Amino acid sequence: MTAAVSASDGEAAMAAALLAPDLPAPAAVANGRRFAVYRNNVAVGLIDAIAATYPAVLALVGEDFFRAAAREFVLAHPPRSPILIEYGGDFPDWIVGFPPAQGVPYLGDVARIEWAWNRAYNAADAAPMDAARLAEVSPEDLIASRATLHPSISLIASHYPAMSIWAQATERVERSDLDMAAAEHGLIARPDETVDARAISSPMAAFLSALSSGATIGAAAEAFGDEQDLFAECLTALFQLRLVVGLDAAAEENQQQEGGE
Amino acid sequence: MTEPTLPSISGLPFKHGHFDEIVEAGGGAGWFEVHAENYMGAGGPPHRMLEEVRALRPLSLHGVGLSIGGEGRLDRDHLNRLKALIERFQPASFSEHLAWSTHDDVYFNDLLPLPYNAATLTRVADHIDEAQEALGVRMLLENPSSYTELAGSDMSEIDFLTEVARRTGCGLLLDVNNVYVSANNQGFAPDAYLAEFPTHLVGEVHLAGHAAEMEADSGRLLIDSHDRRVDAAVWGLFKQLIAATGPLPVLIEWDADIPDFAVLQAEAAIADRALAAARGELIAAQ
Repeated sequence: MTAAVSASDGEAAMAAALLAPDLPAPAAVANGRRFAVYRNNVAVGLIDAIAATYPAVLALVGEDFFRAAAREFVLAHPPRSPILIEYGGDFPDWIVGFPPAQGVPYLGDVARIEWAWNRAYNAADAAPMDAARLAEVSPEDLIASRATLHPSISLIASHYPAMSIWAQATERVERSDLDMAAAEHGLIARPDETVDARAISSPMAAFLSALSSGATIGAAAEAFGDEQDLFAECLTALFQLRLVVGLDAAAEENQQQEGGE
Repeated sequence: MTEPTLPSISGLPFKHGHFDEIVEAGGGAGWFEVHAENYMGAGGPPHRMLEEVRALRPLSLHGVGLSIGGEGRLDRDHLNRLKALIERFQPASFSEHLAWSTHDDVYFNDLLPLPYNAATLTRVADHIDEAQEALGVRMLLENPSSYTELAGSDMSEIDFLTEVARRTGCGLLLDVNNVYVSANNQGFAPDAYLAEFPTHLVGEVHLAGHAAEMEADSGRLLIDSHDRRVDAAVWGLFKQLIAATGPLPVLIEWDADIPDFAVLQAEAAIADRALAAARGELIAAQ
């Protein structure tokens, strides 16, 4: 055996060098200069994947800044799975801690919206409950129920008008001046075929947050105190936006009995 | 083990941006190929679109993430996901690459080269046995594009592929653009490679566009970029190939700077004319 480059040395050395631009090409590669092609393919492929998931972040910071930042991110946090549509969920936290991006304080929140959008698009499917069925549930049962929310739902809380910034950056709405001190709550969901991303009121956000952590509808209503009209509005919106896929067993059973089947 | 096969006509990659046109055309291509990993999300529109496309035309499921050439064990979770896709979408073909893409759990999203020798041959054959066993289908293994030779290789790529197929019973996916790119980059003759290739094992052909770069020593480097039309030289090699083999299922690959569907259809039409000519020549020769 000559110059022992085992197959094993080859793969490990290549893997290390692919993610470290400062390392020389691995010894097993006959033409070291050509190793740059593999290095470039890996980096560009992953940067493109991040760019596809985060178009608003890209629009906000510009192509050159974005690709330079994404290059640092992908080399430090390469995918751990071959399912690339699930890659990049830690980019929002990373960009928040990326010193050159500190001048854009809302960037992390916009990135979180984009990750939520990607997550919603590929989330498990589930049939939303028809708003009409709400009328079939007695108020007592409803109050005692826990709502199962649609698996695609994410909530975003931002100190900035992040939903509006995101909508403008992705050209979903016309550009206009925004009050950067106006905090926004966002809801991202895909009850059917289309991802619905919208700003929601602070009470609605609190309501959804309570339901998603397992509170009964009654317990969530108590948080509204005297403002029961507001609770009624939020409850109506919950079903109109098709965010509920089921009410818990007790209410379902009663409903079936009432349905006479 | 089932042996599904694609029809010996041209096929196109299914890109989501072309979905409406494909449905409106009632197909718009002979068959469609998708990258399996793009349909491994929990749910959502991609699955539904693929179901509709699959209802119109035969499907080729092309994996890019199994890392068959890698040192590590095959990822059982990934095999299970592939099996679920195969059961759900009933593809006419499943194919993967003679390459590695995962090392120590890091996925590189690229088809990386391995040396060709007795040890890697055993490893690849074992991986293919395992995959075919788990998936319950005969798979096709694709020849890679390469940019440089690797130390530790003491077999030709053709001998390697032929022996893997003999040991495992798998078929081969012959990427003619990869042959042309590798031949240019490593300095061998692409037509000699094709003449030597075990074409009786080929279940599918890939064609794609490549990019050319001049190197510092005035050499020409070709990159398998899948972002443009098929090069005239690659069409020439394809015609030469099917003149010898007769018609084969052929895919026009295009993965970056995706054009209008009509551009893909125009490329497919070129392939179909070549297939028709090959059919005619075969009949004339009989």
